Amino acid sequence: MSATLTPVLSATWGDERAWTLDGYRASGGYEALETARAMEPEAVVEMVKGSGLRGRGGAGFPTGMKWGFLPPLEDGKPRYLVVNADESEPGTCKDIPLLMASPHTLIEGVAISSHAIRAQHAFIYLRGEVLHVYRRLLAAAREAREAGLLGDLEITVHAGAGAYICGEETALLDSLEGRRGQPRLRPPFPAVAGLYASPTVINNVESIASVPAIVRHGSDWFADMGTEKSNGVGIFSLSGHVTRPGQYEAELGITLRELLELAGGMRNGRRLKFWTPGGSSTPLFTDEHLDVPLDFESVAAAGSMLGTRALQIFDETVCVVRAVLRWTEFYKHESCGKCTPCREGTYWLAQVLAKLERGEGSASDLDLLLDQCDNILGRSFCALGDGATSPITSSIKYFRQEYLDHLDHGGCPFDPAASTLFAQEATK
Amino acid sequence: MSIDEKTYGELREIAARYPQARSGLLPMLHLVQSTEGSVTPAGIDACAEVLGLTPAEVSAVATFYTMYKRHRVGDFHVGVCTNTLCAVMGGDAIHQRLTEHLDVGPDEIADKRQGDQYTVSVERVECNAACDYAPVVMVNWEFLDNQTPDGLVRTVEALRAGHPVASTRGPRICTWKQAERVLAGFEDGLADEGPAAGPASLVGLEIARDQGWTPAGAGVGAKGDSDD
Repeated sequence: MSATLTPVLSATWGDERAWTLDGYRASGGYEALETARAMEPEAVVEMVKGSGLRGRGGAGFPTGMKWGFLPPLEDGKPRYLVVNADESEPGTCKDIPLLMASPHTLIEGVAISSHAIRAQHAFIYLRGEVLHVYRRLLAAAREAREAGLLGDLEITVHAGAGAYICGEETALLDSLEGRRGQPRLRPPFPAVAGLYASPTVINNVESIASVPAIVRHGSDWFADMGTEKSNGVGIFSLSGHVTRPGQYEAELGITLRELLELAGGMRNGRRLKFWTPGGSSTPLFTDEHLDVPLDFESVAAAGSMLGTRALQIFDETVCVVRAVLRWTEFYKHESCGKCTPCREGTYWLAQVLAKLERGEGSASDLDLLLDQCDNILGRSFCALGDGATSPITSSIKYFRQEYLDHLDHGGCPFDPAASTLFAQEATK
Repeated sequence: MSIDEKTYGELREIAARYPQARSGLLPMLHLVQSTEGSVTPAGIDACAEVLGLTPAEVSAVATFYTMYKRHRVGDFHVGVCTNTLCAVMGGDAIHQRLTEHLDVGPDEIADKRQGDQYTVSVERVECNAACDYAPVVMVNWEFLDNQTPDGLVRTVEALRAGHPVASTRGPRICTWKQAERVLAGFEDGLADEGPAAGPASLVGLEIARDQGWTPAGAGVGAKGDSDD
């Protein structure tokens, strides 16, 4: 596969008033909804299955198959569609620009998907800390309703209140029911007993936003892009020490080497040190992994996860211990407290890491950290605890010596000023 | 302080948006903050009364979420991202410079000096989904992209003095209470302010356009047949 970019979702982001109904319709918006409404709901589900679309929120579960898990319609039991717009994974920054520039892409996707699963009420759960995106979503839902595009469908755009854990789908449901956002035991899965114990489909913003294009161009069009098992296009978000950070929509399977070339390479020609393929919860990669195809299978085979294609790029000026400690503090802060391995474990991980970063402690603390990770990974109630161990175990695997250097040096041997945006601009 | 009838009416209006009223609790707490300046005991009682919950049940929810404040914040509440990527790109230096300049601790309101129109407070925030604009600062949950220590100090001084400050990707920044009202689901008419996208959001699209790349078979695609 050659390294080209294929804007589908991002194609209209530069258009005049792209966020308005008129702006969206000018590029064919809501035509796919008309097409879908003329189809039987089951045919739309089959179309999405046939496209090979897999969940864009990180897990990569086939979207059409998820829809197929809904039990048969029962009298008096409504079905709900819930869109997970709680984008909070460190490094992940694709849904927010999509929603700011083209909220109607999501609204149209919600309308088509609700038709497909026979839902009459859909919810969009947006993280609360993005005020202007909330304004645009509220306005888009209102415009679509006033224009009569939604039919009987009700769309409620809901703002959260600051909790990473609400990106976990069952915690999101609890939060949407007005409770503390803590994950639920599964089974029952949300498809059977989700929002208000009714059958519920929960999908990521980018997944639902991909549906109009699939309906418009056909499932083969989508399935022909990407790799054999990771079909279609996705938004790759490059951040950190690259010349042109930003959003690059490409077929799944593109490599970081190819993306870096498009992004103008590493900033100031410095060396790539480590990067996350899919957010902070996915094990770190290094410059050994520049040619790993960024699809679900290849990234997993190389020891990490594609996640949300959140490519955080760090150059040689960055201390990996500092980076990992900060992520660990994040998981500690965001642990919901429901289960002991995560609540207590993330607290102790941060303690041990902080000691190492200060140059205190000893080499055996690395084994202690790995042992702690072993007691969290796979033993936590949800994936937050698992994710907390990823940066630690992967950084010890690739950069053990750098941890030990902190002990020899009596603290961090790096100059934090050297890695800042402004330091780099000053040396240009 | 007590909650007035208008606010009670709006709390009920929020609860009525949902098939089950309790789902309204998060936006209701945002509304409480918009009138009270924080989640006050009176606000908790009002939510509990409208939803038929105990104040302890409402309190348990309010204390779980970081956007709910148990004490007042400034008219302009500055959140500096100090999660890993922003911290490394300068967020730590920005946070240090700003808190030293204002002489404040976490969530403290800086002293209002003579001539100041508005107050400010500062907190560290976690990743706010704008990593391609690092280092990122939020003011009342509006984006300030690609910040520097000195630049943010100037911006904060402009806010204190009452000068208009626009978000990098949004409207003139409103007060914290006004922002909280929007988060309760009440539109303020500002959705059309600001651009569709910032520069970093468009880099990939611009390269594709320069190169003439479109998704195969999408000639009439998401935009392919139009005038650019």
